[in-house]
Amino acid sequence: MPDRPPASLTVEQASFAYADTRIVDQLSLQIEPGSFTVVIGPNACGKSTLLRGLARLLAPEEGQVVLDGRSIAGIPAKTLARRMGLLPQTAVAPEGITVRDLVSRGRYPHRGMLRPWSPTDESAVVEALAATGTTELADRPVDALSGGQRQRVWIAMVLAQQTEVLLLDEPTTYLDVAHQVELLELLAALHEQGRTIVAVLHDLNQAARYATTVVAMRDGRVIAEGPPAEVVTSENVSAVFGLANTVIPDPVTGGPLVVPLRAPHTTEVRP
Amino acid sequence: MVATTMDRSGRVMRPVRPTAAGRRRVLAVGAAASVVLVALTTLGLILGDFPVPLERIPTILAGGGEGIEHTVVVDWRLTRVIAAVGVGALLGIAGALFQTVTRNPLASPDILGLSSGAFSGMLLTLVLVSASWQALVAGSLVGGLLTAIAIQVLASREGLQGFRIIVVGIGVSAMLASMNTWLLLQVELETAMFASAWGAGSLNGVAAGPVAGALVAALPIVVGAFCLVPRMRQLELGDDLASATGARPHVVRAVALLLGVGLVSAATTVAGPVAFVALAAPQIARRLARTPSLPLGLSALLGAVVLLASDLVAQHALPMPLPVGVVTVSVGGLYLLSVIVLELRRRA
Repeated sequence: MPDRPPASLTVEQASFAYADTRIVDQLSLQIEPGSFTVVIGPNACGKSTLLRGLARLLAPEEGQVVLDGRSIAGIPAKTLARRMGLLPQTAVAPEGITVRDLVSRGRYPHRGMLRPWSPTDESAVVEALAATGTTELADRPVDALSGGQRQRVWIAMVLAQQTEVLLLDEPTTYLDVAHQVELLELLAALHEQGRTIVAVLHDLNQAARYATTVVAMRDGRVIAEGPPAEVVTSENVSAVFGLANTVIPDPVTGGPLVVPLRAPHTTEVRP
Repeated sequence: MVATTMDRSGRVMRPVRPTAAGRRRVLAVGAAASVVLVALTTLGLILGDFPVPLERIPTILAGGGEGIEHTVVVDWRLTRVIAAVGVGALLGIAGALFQTVTRNPLASPDILGLSSGAFSGMLLTLVLVSASWQALVAGSLVGGLLTAIAIQVLASREGLQGFRIIVVGIGVSAMLASMNTWLLLQVELETAMFASAWGAGSLNGVAAGPVAGALVAALPIVVGAFCLVPRMRQLELGDDLASATGARPHVVRAVALLLGVGLVSAATTVAGPVAFVALAAPQIARRLARTPSLPLGLSALLGAVVLLASDLVAQHALPMPLPVGVVTVSVGGLYLLSVIVLELRRRA
């Protein structure tokens, strides 16, 4: 684990666009150091784009993303990668690669021409495997794993990078509900160990249960942000998703639990 | 450094050095390929119309032996063996670079027409400028680069990973091949005969000067390619993850393709556009060593083995000598096919 104080990550009036289409419009956001921030919002609201901007996969058209007082635009690639890790949706595992080999590629930003594989690299990989419960899988090819196992291996790869900030783009997609919960519990444990986590999630109730801060987006803007109890309200869910709903106390945690109402039938269903 | 680490329950775990498991197999394949290469080299030195017994070879290589023996073994046969090994290795590395950064096992420089483009550059230089090997190296480099740019522009809509680039490459390749034929028809008979010897890829009559020149010129490119390996490994994880771990995909890809063009151009000045080696060698290397990535060193070694073996077949195994390029298509192609069939059977 990094010994530095938690990193402070800020988005200052930043706009992000693909080609000529502006997706995120003059957005400002403070990621609290040590928080588990979950970004929610309807499809195409710009939440993944925001995450890509945070990770510098996309340069802002205007404004900036600031890490500990310094614009990330000016930070060398490897230096930034030692502080901030990202698990994108587009990660590709080379055919036949073993878990061990894949996880060790997270060490790339710590290595160089004159810095061969070191005991530090090795212990980082061992810790990452242990933290994600994938030690037993180390010699297996990634192709042969189940979806849940594979996702834990990808998290291990990002953990081996030993960054203070973890960015995760819809890490639970394609997982069944048991594996989704397993993965979120893993993230919660990593958060408790002191990492700042920013994740894009689809499931409102998972966001409400695991996040310390929820950021609700719509049309490239932040509609609400704050603790789950303040953000996940019936009015906000209705405003952000356009979904008729009621919010009740989660019987397990006491936090908010969103229950959609049934939409009135507008068309007749024919047999 | 190999250390063992204890996990929470106190069990001793095996060291996790990432390459430890696969490394042994890579080394074994490398050793086997080296033995084959030495055997082929020996064959290359003793086979031919002028018989030289095996036991005379060390003496002749050390500078002894009669004048004619020295001329045949060192000046002719050894030069040709070195040319085959060098060109094969350059093509193997170039193929591994291209196929890795495009994530496309078919996007090799020979399929994309870069060898033909480099050869066009050489022919134009020969016709318009000079026949010195320095000018030919420059001409082939310019031809290769222009071809690469043309393909990039024509295929840009889908990027390098799509199927489009292969189709564009095959088209460009065919156009350049016919342009090369036309160029040969335009020049004087003597120049045409000289140049057309290369047309299909040939090592007939290679001379020590140009071979040494091209290989020495390629050396820094080879070093550059090996320095690029860790970055290319990150690229295999997808562009987003490569960026997020601190490798810059666009820069790495551009540099890799540039180095690849340089290697192909150097190889083409020696032997003309030799087909299939750059395509097959990296895939054969990967399947033999069972690595997830295309191994650069093994690709070079297997490129050398494939080209040298092909050249021996081209010279000695057939009723009449053929250009080596004709044989690489058959030898490399057949071997790749058999490896793929074995792989399919293993999976079934």
